[in-house]
Amino acid sequence: MIHSLFLVSTAGHIFLEKHWKSVISRSVCDYLFEAQGKASAPENVPPVIATPHHYLISVYRDRIFFVAVIQTEVPPLFVIEFLHRVAETFQDYFGECSEASIKDNVVIVYELLEEMLDNGFPLATEANILKEMIKPPTILRSVVNTITGGRELRSVFAWSVAQGSGSSNVGGTLPTGQLSNIPWRRTGVKYTNNEAYFDVVEEIDAILDKSGTVVFAEIQGVIDACVKLSGMPDLTLSFVNPRLLDDVSFHPCVRFKRWEAERVLSFIPPDGNFRLMSYHVNAQNLVAIPVYVKQNVSFFETGSSGRLDITVGPKQTMGKTIEDVVITVHMPKVVLNANLTTNQGTSTYDPVTKVLVWDIGKLNQQKVPNLKGSLSLQSGAPRPDENPTLNIDLRIQQLAISGLKVNRLNMFGEKYKPFKGVKYVTKAGKFQVRT
Amino acid sequence: MLDSNKDSLKLEAMKRIVAMMARGKNASDLFPAVVKNVACKNIEVKKLVYVYLVRYAEEQQDLALLSISTFQRGLKDPNQLIRASALRVLSSIRVTIIIPIMMLAIKDAASDMSPYVRKTAAHAIPKLYSLDPEQKEPLIEVIEKLLADKTTLVAGSVVMAFEGVCPERIDLIHKNYRKLCNLLIDVEEWGQVVIINMLTRYARTQFLNPNANEVLLEEGEEKEFYGSDEEEGKEEKVEKKKPYVMDPDHRLLLRNTKPLLQSRNAAVVMAVAQLYFHLAPKAEVGVTAKALVRLLRSHSEVQFVVLQNVATMSIKRKGMFETYLKSFYIRSTDPTQIKVLKLEVLTNLATETSISIILREFQTYIKSMDKDFVAATIQAIGRCATNIGEVRDTCLNGLVQLLSNRDELVVAESVVVIKKLLQMQPEQHSDIIKHMAKLIENIQVPMARASILWLIGEYCEHVPKIAPDVLRKMAKSFTSEEDIVKLQILNLAAKLYLTNSKQTKLLTQYVLNLAKYDQNYDIRDRARFIRQLIVPTDKGGALSKYAKKLFLALKPAPILESPFKDRDHFQLGSLSHLLNVKAGGYQELPDWPETAPDPSVRNVEVMDAVETVLDPVLAFRQVPEWTKSSSREKRKEKKKVEKPFYSDSEDESRLTESADSDSNTGSGSESSSATEESDSGSKSEDSGGESESEQQEKPNRKADKSSRAQRVTQETGDSERSSGEERRTAKKTTEPRSESESEEEGKESSSESSESESESETESKEESEPDTEAKRNAKKKAITPRAPDKPREEKQEVSLLDLDDFDLNPSPRVNPVNSFMSSSLVADLEGLSLTHSALPPPTISPTFSSLKTYELLHRLTGEGLAVGYCFGRQPFVRDPHMVTVQIQFTNHMDTEARNLRVREPRLQSGMRIKEFPEIEVLPPGETVTTVMGIDFCDSTQAANFQLCTHTRKFCVSIQPPVGELMAPVFMLENEFKKEQGQLMGMNEIKETLVLGEACQSDYAIVQRVTAAANVGQVPCGSDQEYSSTPPPCSPLVSRFAGKTMTSNSLVLVTVITKRDRTAQLTVNCEKMVIGTMLVKDILHALSQ
Repeated sequence: MIHSLFLVSTAGHIFLEKHWKSVISRSVCDYLFEAQGKASAPENVPPVIATPHHYLISVYRDRIFFVAVIQTEVPPLFVIEFLHRVAETFQDYFGECSEASIKDNVVIVYELLEEMLDNGFPLATEANILKEMIKPPTILRSVVNTITGGRELRSVFAWSVAQGSGSSNVGGTLPTGQLSNIPWRRTGVKYTNNEAYFDVVEEIDAILDKSGTVVFAEIQGVIDACVKLSGMPDLTLSFVNPRLLDDVSFHPCVRFKRWEAERVLSFIPPDGNFRLMSYHVNAQNLVAIPVYVKQNVSFFETGSSGRLDITVGPKQTMGKTIEDVVITVHMPKVVLNANLTTNQGTSTYDPVTKVLVWDIGKLNQQKVPNLKGSLSLQSGAPRPDENPTLNIDLRIQQLAISGLKVNRLNMFGEKYKPFKGVKYVTKAGKFQVRT
Repeated sequence: MLDSNKDSLKLEAMKRIVAMMARGKNASDLFPAVVKNVACKNIEVKKLVYVYLVRYAEEQQDLALLSISTFQRGLKDPNQLIRASALRVLSSIRVTIIIPIMMLAIKDAASDMSPYVRKTAAHAIPKLYSLDPEQKEPLIEVIEKLLADKTTLVAGSVVMAFEGVCPERIDLIHKNYRKLCNLLIDVEEWGQVVIINMLTRYARTQFLNPNANEVLLEEGEEKEFYGSDEEEGKEEKVEKKKPYVMDPDHRLLLRNTKPLLQSRNAAVVMAVAQLYFHLAPKAEVGVTAKALVRLLRSHSEVQFVVLQNVATMSIKRKGMFETYLKSFYIRSTDPTQIKVLKLEVLTNLATETSISIILREFQTYIKSMDKDFVAATIQAIGRCATNIGEVRDTCLNGLVQLLSNRDELVVAESVVVIKKLLQMQPEQHSDIIKHMAKLIENIQVPMARASILWLIGEYCEHVPKIAPDVLRKMAKSFTSEEDIVKLQILNLAAKLYLTNSKQTKLLTQYVLNLAKYDQNYDIRDRARFIRQLIVPTDKGGALSKYAKKLFLALKPAPILESPFKDRDHFQLGSLSHLLNVKAGGYQELPDWPETAPDPSVRNVEVMDAVETVLDPVLAFRQVPEWTKSSSREKRKEKKKVEKPFYSDSEDESRLTESADSDSNTGSGSESSSATEESDSGSKSEDSGGESESEQQEKPNRKADKSSRAQRVTQETGDSERSSGEERRTAKKTTEPRSESESEEEGKESSSESSESESESETESKEESEPDTEAKRNAKKKAITPRAPDKPREEKQEVSLLDLDDFDLNPSPRVNPVNSFMSSSLVADLEGLSLTHSALPPPTISPTFSSLKTYELLHRLTGEGLAVGYCFGRQPFVRDPHMVTVQIQFTNHMDTEARNLRVREPRLQSGMRIKEFPEIEVLPPGETVTTVMGIDFCDSTQAANFQLCTHTRKFCVSIQPPVGELMAPVFMLENEFKKEQGQLMGMNEIKETLVLGEACQSDYAIVQRVTAAANVGQVPCGSDQEYSSTPPPCSPLVSRFAGKTMTSNSLVLVTVITKRDRTAQLTVNCEKMVIGTMLVKDILHALSQ
């Protein structure tokens, strides 16, 4: 299975290596660098690279390449999924998954990796179990870290001396979760405030064509939960209209049989934050597109200039306001600069990356935001024959665009009364307008 | 600092060392200092020391030995986690000297109390194996032991070890197969992936191809092979001839993996998808599409892998992803590699109906900024054009328009694609060629220029005026061209010289002269070669004669194929598939076996347990209020509830196969399932469960009683077992499979069977059916020990004879004498006696019914020659549309009959007949059977023909009952309902009837219907339907499906039995005449 793991920054610096079997020289990463050189962007580096003796399977996340070295046949998705899980664990532990945070916490990272894989085969990947074995850096610790900056090792050392040698960042108790029947939940959880929050987040994926007609649209949703409940609660979440859900995937805690039979989610939740389910809304339902976009981007044949005119307005919003509207346009390479005026929000054009960002903010019914102006092109270069696509980002609070509604949440198994809350948000996923 | 007394200092030191290791700096010179701390009390220090040890022990073997004793102590620690971690580190330090210690530790740990330690042991196995492959044998023993482990924790790891050490020892899986299937859903996700992949391979070796039937229909040739199969011993062979019936274990695997499609882990979803792709019947593969499309929302790396697999799948199973076409639309933000893969999928999915939308999409893609992607799109258009003839012209026009694109790359790519397209039908497109000839002045990309030149040269006859002109222009610029263009100029010149030497002679010579002094030797060579070939000289005339042939030979059009075409020989989802190269350690996915290996190997033997388990079971039965079970158990139990039915029905179905093992396994697994059942029944989990068990209680008790009575009379030692058997039969209401037992029983001694029947009649009152069955079983159980290990062949013989006892119609049965047909006949008869035994209970073999023999020629009219015929109910070997008719000749004369043959068939239009081979001699008193095929064209018109001997001719006719004009179709309930929905209105015929005396039971109905028509029963879709007793008030539904021989139109039969002996019969068939006649026939059969 997985022989070694290298973490490589985009600059090509290998800042962490871990071997589960015999040591493999870090020169294998040269193949990756070679591929990276060929690819135009880091995203375009092929995830699987075959080298004479090894196979490199890499994942690019947060400007870091996670490179797993394998020697024998193994399902590539297995490795990819695991690498993503590693990245998520780091994120969970350090708040962000960046080169700096990993370097700062290199010992914890090492301990985590040691627990996550044994002989290259995943051992414990559940965040709850890991947290029981290896304590994440606490706020106090990170405060100390930020104050002392680079001298992190020393500060941790000083801190642990101050606390007495008993409390280290390795859990003193041995993990019990791994042995239990419910590996995702640790035992003996205790909270003074028992609360359970569920966020229903829906994303609209859509492609609109030039004239504004929908080429493709669908709704994908997730339910993220933050459950802080004492003991072993057994929760049941039911929907008003479960028929909307077409394709679902669950956290392992959800009892699939109950879902099939009754269309309710019955589960013993993990402790803390987790993704309860993700779903796809029935394809037959028409997707309400919350905004309309009128655009006109043109480049003139003569005089190396162009014109841009974009108008955005609310369409089907179900009475809610649309917030955080941002339109991003990747301009052709020949566009040197943009001279634009807008009646709402701000627009910036980065001539290096050729990205135009128009941050609109709230959409008002009365005043329709508009962005107008001219584009100056590189003189002499031929007119670009393609038009850039507009990527739209938006957010609607308190609305699940598919109409999905949580009916009720029941708890069994524990006596106390938890505080429950459900929040709905709709966002734009991969929302593109072709021009 | 490491020598310090303070743990905190040590910790600090270790942290620094680990940080060094992480950065890839060598910290090995600190080894002695670190290794001392291995016994440190502080757990964090200890952990870091372990990390260090694992990394450097290999380099410092001697010093590492110092630490071993600590681990050995750790292995004895009362805390399971310490034991586990000690084993983990011990097995991870790659020091060869301690191999024996490791071996010992692994063996100990494998039988540890704690599953966690056992899991660690499983992990340690491949480590040790990679260190010392010599240890393989003892390690396999450990694996075998761990495979038998029942905890979910261990399952994944041990299969991993199995894959690493001995993937070829598939035999180790047999006994654990069902357990693994049932545990699968509870195993942690990484283990699931490994197990699913392993089970895919296993299933490929152990089960039959569920799609074999379709393959057969497609390629009629293959069937010959089955007909001539000589081996008599293999029962499963019969299954191929009959409509395919899936092994219950195979079904179990498919069913238990299906929920995993909902997993959040992409690897698990992919594993299930590949399992379905490789193992499931075609109709069921579709369920995975939705889940795979879902994965496309995931990270781009996941998308990349999934799309690769989807591309492969979409070639084989186009329909699967058709509805998700739009999900493969490309976004401008996708990475290039994803875009190209999506294009690939879209191209594969293109059909006549969807092509217009796809092409419109392609048009927008062409405007993209990503030039590689645009090039790929143009190629995709080219492929669509070759695959779908209707749009070829549209595509060509589109591509020609692209020629005026300002981007050179686009133009060049289109030229290349157009060239390929034109090659397919050059005649119609001379104007395009002309257009392209004009373009040559503008296009600078060498590949495109070369392509145009080649085109003009190849089709210079279509553009006789332009071609020389082009050559003139090119000759002018020859020196400044790229090599590839120069070569094509030479080519063009040569071709023109041959076709139109008048105009181009000088030009050609000029070009050749230029080429002669070119810098590139390829071009010089080519010029020399061409000159010799085409320019007539005095001596070398031989070749030049053929020059025209050489240059202007018709070239085959290139085939534009998907690069994913042949990738499916790799297991999907594997690394090898992704790279299209065999990766190290890749286990080839084996082909389906021709005949299924003995499925009974998967029966778990619990001989010893039988006695002990059985008694408590009895106790449970009588004390139904036994409800205590921990909540944990409950959850597990719930998941397993459906399993026992399955496994035991399966055991039962195997009863006939091996006389010696069946009694044990059958009753063994039965008794365990009985326990489960009583549990599940007593729990109030599903509302249905409780009422079920209560209903069952009664018959069970009754059965118990009767069995006890039986036992007294029987005086056999096996009474315990037989009672177990009985309970099982009583528990179920779907009786059919017991038929097979009674049949076997009949084989053993038919007199006994009749005896038991008479007994049952006197005893049983209301529940006559189950009781009889139970008794028969009891009888049978008592008998089997007496005749234990009969050789298989012998058994076959017996079963053949026995059929007659059981048959309703004991008329002249075919005896395999003739060498020509004997083997297939034997197989056929085997089918009769054994298929239902090999089938799961709900699907009764359609061939069950007796073969009714009709008379073709009476002995008196035939002057001593008697001829009978019956419908064989198997697909005719040489033509799938033909009905198989078995004809049996018996010679009652005292002289030989010679040259028996068919002559002068007088047939209705459309009918066809495939005669049997002439029978040369039929000695007096002998009987011969042969087979002929008749295509009745879906009508009941008689086929008339003459039957000739060497002396006489007899006019005879064969008229088929409508029920014989069809062949069974295997379909699931859902499909059935769907199909039925499409055949409403005029195509539906409903009749109400009163059931006859003899067909009260569900089973009898099935038998009658399948006797009347050659249809297959549709298995009940949900488990509950056949696993539990249906409440007496609710109607009982049996469904059957078949299709007519010639036109392949579906025939769907539904019988709904109501309480008061009435039943409703519904026949849905496109052919109304057939439907009406069939209704009549079935009505008749059922009301008798």
